Amino acid sequence: MSTTSTSIFSRPANWIWALCGVLALTFPFYETDPAYQQIGVYTLIFVACATSWNMFSGYSGYVNLGAAVSYGTGAYTLSIIAVHTHPNNLPGSASEFWLIPLAGLAAMVVAVPIGLIALRVRRHTFVVITIAIFFTFQLIAINASFTGGTGGLSLPYIPWAASYFDVPFYYLALAMSIFAIILSALVRRSRFGLQLLAIRDDEDRAMGLGVEVGKVKLTGYVMSAFTIGMAGGLFALLQGQIYPQFVFDPLFDISIALMCFFGGFGTLVGPVLGAAVLESSQQYLTVQYSNGSLYLILFGGLFLFVILFMPQGIVVFIRQKAKQRSDQQIAAAAAAGSNA
Amino acid sequence: MVHALIDGVLTGSVYALMATGLTLIFGVMEIINVAQGIFVILGAYLSYYLQLHFGIDLFAGLLITIPTMFVVGIVVQRLFLARLKGPEKTAMSILVTYAISLVIEGILNIAFTVNNVQLNTSYTNKSFQVFGVYIPYIYFMGFLLAIVLLSGLYYMLYRTRFGASIRASLADQSAAALVGIDVKKVSTICFGIGIAVTAAGGMVFGATNAFNASTSYDLISRLLTIIVLGGMGSLAGALVAGIAMVTLEDLVGAIWSPVWSTMAFFVVLVVVLSFRPQGLFGQQSARAA
Repeated sequence: MSTTSTSIFSRPANWIWALCGVLALTFPFYETDPAYQQIGVYTLIFVACATSWNMFSGYSGYVNLGAAVSYGTGAYTLSIIAVHTHPNNLPGSASEFWLIPLAGLAAMVVAVPIGLIALRVRRHTFVVITIAIFFTFQLIAINASFTGGTGGLSLPYIPWAASYFDVPFYYLALAMSIFAIILSALVRRSRFGLQLLAIRDDEDRAMGLGVEVGKVKLTGYVMSAFTIGMAGGLFALLQGQIYPQFVFDPLFDISIALMCFFGGFGTLVGPVLGAAVLESSQQYLTVQYSNGSLYLILFGGLFLFVILFMPQGIVVFIRQKAKQRSDQQIAAAAAAGSNA
Repeated sequence: MVHALIDGVLTGSVYALMATGLTLIFGVMEIINVAQGIFVILGAYLSYYLQLHFGIDLFAGLLITIPTMFVVGIVVQRLFLARLKGPEKTAMSILVTYAISLVIEGILNIAFTVNNVQLNTSYTNKSFQVFGVYIPYIYFMGFLLAIVLLSGLYYMLYRTRFGASIRASLADQSAAALVGIDVKKVSTICFGIGIAVTAAGGMVFGATNAFNASTSYDLISRLLTIIVLGGMGSLAGALVAGIAMVTLEDLVGAIWSPVWSTMAFFVVLVVVLSFRPQGLFGQQSARAA
């Protein structure tokens, strides 16, 4: 990735970012159907989560299949506080929104001991441990009394008209996505990001070169939990009711990973693209056909296709094709020049 | 207590069989087959289908389902997994097998609906008495089946020439290739064997539990825990950890509460890995990527 451009708009990629930003900002104005606005909210929640997941797993190569631990922790933290304090009675409406960063912080706090245990082992085993820890959390949420068990928790009612109910959620999710993208970009360009990438390429060598691998991995893991926890909190507010099997959902874990691999594992744009395409199409298919099984087949099939024919994800695939083409053009031009 | 112990050993041996398939696949190919859970369910549904439509007995049906699953395994390996290469191979294999598992789950949901089913025969609900404990016949027959298949597998691995080449590939792929072993062929057949055992495991699982396609999530999380605990790629580890974990789970369920019995599984995993990151029988502390 070359980052030597002098002006922000000298590269076409930046124009695409700007265009997407404008489209995303104005989305609730040109799409006023609440059903589709809700698709927008869900898509952005997944953009934020996938970007944040990729910031650790994509850069370091440690595939975390327990991202729902952070998501569920955020959702439950916010819900439990909201149920016990009823902040609607405080001055200002919808003051639960101030609990969202708290949900993120709670997810970070929970991520520290998990990281300390799970990051002791190398990649393959790490994947399996994250799955095991995920199921432990799901089990606690289902069986403990403070989580409301299988009945879940109902949040205080947010008194907004249905016509603009989703709009504040939309902008919050958008803000979260932008935050995640900027954070991921900053990490990628920092010394810390280089250390994560070095771990991905060769952990032993990175350690030999003086990277404090344990500290770097833990920091990355905990950082990525923050946005995912906030997204979980936002999801709880949007739903108004949470159940253990929906916030601690194995499909959430794998969807996030699929989105990143689909778009481009370890790239900045990949997770954004993957989440935008996959989540919006899933929501759209659910609204249109409400056939979950058909979706599973399509999703799985599409993913198999991408991973077998574009194993590094769509973004890298397009970049390579573009590079091949420009190389061919240069070669053709050189050949034409030497003939003349 | 005694009941939990006996039950744990009987059920545990079936888990050990399924986990052996999984660990064999990882050991030889460095592929984590997340689809193992759905293959177990697929095997159970095959038995269910044969019994429902052709009246074939569950155990006799294995003569059809085991070879079928072996072929399914080989096709999956040839079509998808053989293409995976490079440093991210293992991570990619998780995602590819997960995608395969999603596709199969969708197909099973459409073909058999999401309603729970259970395999039934005339002898499923009958039981006999040992040490004052009633044991259903099906648990005991499942146990015998698992023992027979595991012995067969171990005989093949330790007493035949082909078994030696599998063990050589388990130990070191490039060295095995250097001494003239066709690692590609060994990998394909190993994957087939690893999937074939799920036909038997699935039949016993389906006869002792009600299941639908989404039961596979629960299964795969247990199987993965077992092979990580035993040490990934270790055959003895899968056997010991499989029996030990299920027994422990049943004991916790009997003494404390069935609600938390699954939790015991994961707590043990976390504790063991904190002290032995390579698992109980794992030999290498870190496999190079």
